[in-house]
Amino acid sequence: MSAVATQAPSGRGRRSSPMTWRWSDRLVLVAAWSAGILLCLIAGAIVLYMGYRGVQYLRPALIFSRPQPSTSQAGSGGFLDPLLGTILLTVIGVLVALPLALASAVWVVEYGQGGRGRQTLARVVESTIEIVAGTPDIVIAIFGLAIFQLSLLAPFSFRAEGGGVFGRSFIAAGAMMSLLALPPLYAATRDGLQAVPGHMREAAFALGKTRITTIRRVLIPRVRSNIATGTTLGISRIIGSTAIVLILLGSTLRIETQGSLPVVNLLRGTGSSLTSYVYENSPAGEGAAPQKAYAAAFVLLIFVLALNVIVDRIGRAHASASGLTAVGAVV
Amino acid sequence: MALERLRKPWPDHRAERTLGAVSLLVGVAVLAMIGFVLAGAWPIFQHNGLRWLLGGGDFESEVARMNAAAVHPSAADYQLRAWPLIYGTLLTTAIAVVLGILIAVLASVFIVELAPVRVSKVVIPVVRLLASVPSVIYGLIGILVLVPFIGNHLITEHEKRSVQNVVQLTGAGLLPTAMVLTIMITPIMIALICEALSAVPSAWREGAVALGLNPLRAVRAVTLRAIRPAIVAAAVLATARALGEAVMIQMISGGKTFAPYPSSGWVFIFEPLRTLASGILDYREGVGSPPLKAAVYSFALLLLFSALALSVGGYMVKLPLRKYQTR
Repeated sequence: MSAVATQAPSGRGRRSSPMTWRWSDRLVLVAAWSAGILLCLIAGAIVLYMGYRGVQYLRPALIFSRPQPSTSQAGSGGFLDPLLGTILLTVIGVLVALPLALASAVWVVEYGQGGRGRQTLARVVESTIEIVAGTPDIVIAIFGLAIFQLSLLAPFSFRAEGGGVFGRSFIAAGAMMSLLALPPLYAATRDGLQAVPGHMREAAFALGKTRITTIRRVLIPRVRSNIATGTTLGISRIIGSTAIVLILLGSTLRIETQGSLPVVNLLRGTGSSLTSYVYENSPAGEGAAPQKAYAAAFVLLIFVLALNVIVDRIGRAHASASGLTAVGAVV
Repeated sequence: MALERLRKPWPDHRAERTLGAVSLLVGVAVLAMIGFVLAGAWPIFQHNGLRWLLGGGDFESEVARMNAAAVHPSAADYQLRAWPLIYGTLLTTAIAVVLGILIAVLASVFIVELAPVRVSKVVIPVVRLLASVPSVIYGLIGILVLVPFIGNHLITEHEKRSVQNVVQLTGAGLLPTAMVLTIMITPIMIALICEALSAVPSAWREGAVALGLNPLRAVRAVTLRAIRPAIVAAAVLATARALGEAVMIQMISGGKTFAPYPSSGWVFIFEPLRTLASGILDYREGVGSPPLKAAVYSFALLLLFSALALSVGGYMVKLPLRKYQTR
């Protein structure tokens, strides 16, 4: 026995140093470290390169001037309209997605538990949202094209000269954007509601509050930060989506209105977003103005970074173990 | 009167019914999506049966014919053999997912088990950043940096000449597409794998270390084995993401319908390709012609069905995780 006791080293010594490991283990160790470092390098390269190009090409005049139909680089203007288009799409998308997501999350968590029928319905709601989350945005765009080309919905979209229904408008694109924002918004709200301890509900019930009053006065205020996280994630999905804009908003860079009613004509009109501006100005599109694509992409990246920081700030309050739940919720 | 009723506190049963109805709206939207896309794709099935999934046709000339079709197209205008696109989709997805799993597992082990807290505090935001960069920015960097680099430095003149009768090698093609796609889907996998890794009770790993395994071997033998379903689930989700990626691929895959087969030697990694999603994007202006519109809908249908199948598959592989409460 004493021989074993003397062999047992003290302190950290027993923690084998990698140098004593088998070579295959050392190989995996090196691979794991290099995978982590590789990711950092790629992200760093993207941010630094875009930053460099952005500083090189971004001028205030670009942000505040409208795109012009011109063949020359100097005359083709800036990206005020795409910027406004992105903001408009975000507002429409969030306004549509917010009530849907809140109602679904509240219903699933607060009402979907009692009874077998309700549980089944809750599971149906949950899996349909999961399906929406898994559907590629290009398919959502094609779906939008299909429904907004129906003559029933013609008042909501841009009309061609001959009277044909294009199925393209800010309403069409914004409505489909809401499907992008819905899953993260729903997931964040649901997780927040599930994390509220049961005694808070019981206390409200004991005071004679109904379920819906409890939800409105106790639960929703309590999960406000989760809703904010979800909204931010939804916004970052909306401003990053290109396919929906290209298919449902057309490829005119300028905002074209339709009709004469002040706000409605804008909603029925077509235009562009920052993403479609980048696409159209890259060699893949028609513009072939890489400088402007870089400048707009830089602005887009700044938005995305800012949203990331916001999620981080809000998320501090309810941080997860790995800090990566936010990415998971986007999925 | 109605306003007055809305402003008063709602009775519970009405609130429940309203909220339930609203939440079922999403289900209605999903059903409508399946219905509309199926209806739009129907003419392709009508004229080709299921043969449109196979090869044997000349895709580009079929599309040209569809584009030129009159308002009342003949049956011949609907002829479609979409195998090159399906092959391109499968090829890029497979490469990206296989590479992505490898990197994601290694990086997740690094983040959760190996890295000092100070390092992982840097890596986690980096992963989140990579996940949230819009695909058009990946595409822009790809087309303006990566593609010219590959075209000028990696492809030799000899390689360009060897296939010049078949296809022109510009640098845009399988290699940049697979690389960027891997970078795009890896963060999603890392997020899911990291979450599963940190949910594994640390006592399991500590037990293995106490039995004399070195920390890394303990991770491999115990922790990674415990989260195998999560790795599969991550792969499934990443597959769904990779299948549907349109913009980035359209920008850097060369925009030419060509199926790069490994049988043509190493040079196939430089050859251009087209995927279903990038095809939809490329032919979006052609939806004025009924046959091409049907073709675009049929590509969307294929993607939609794969997404549905992957949803179900993802649910199935996550079942064992729920059973053991590691999630």
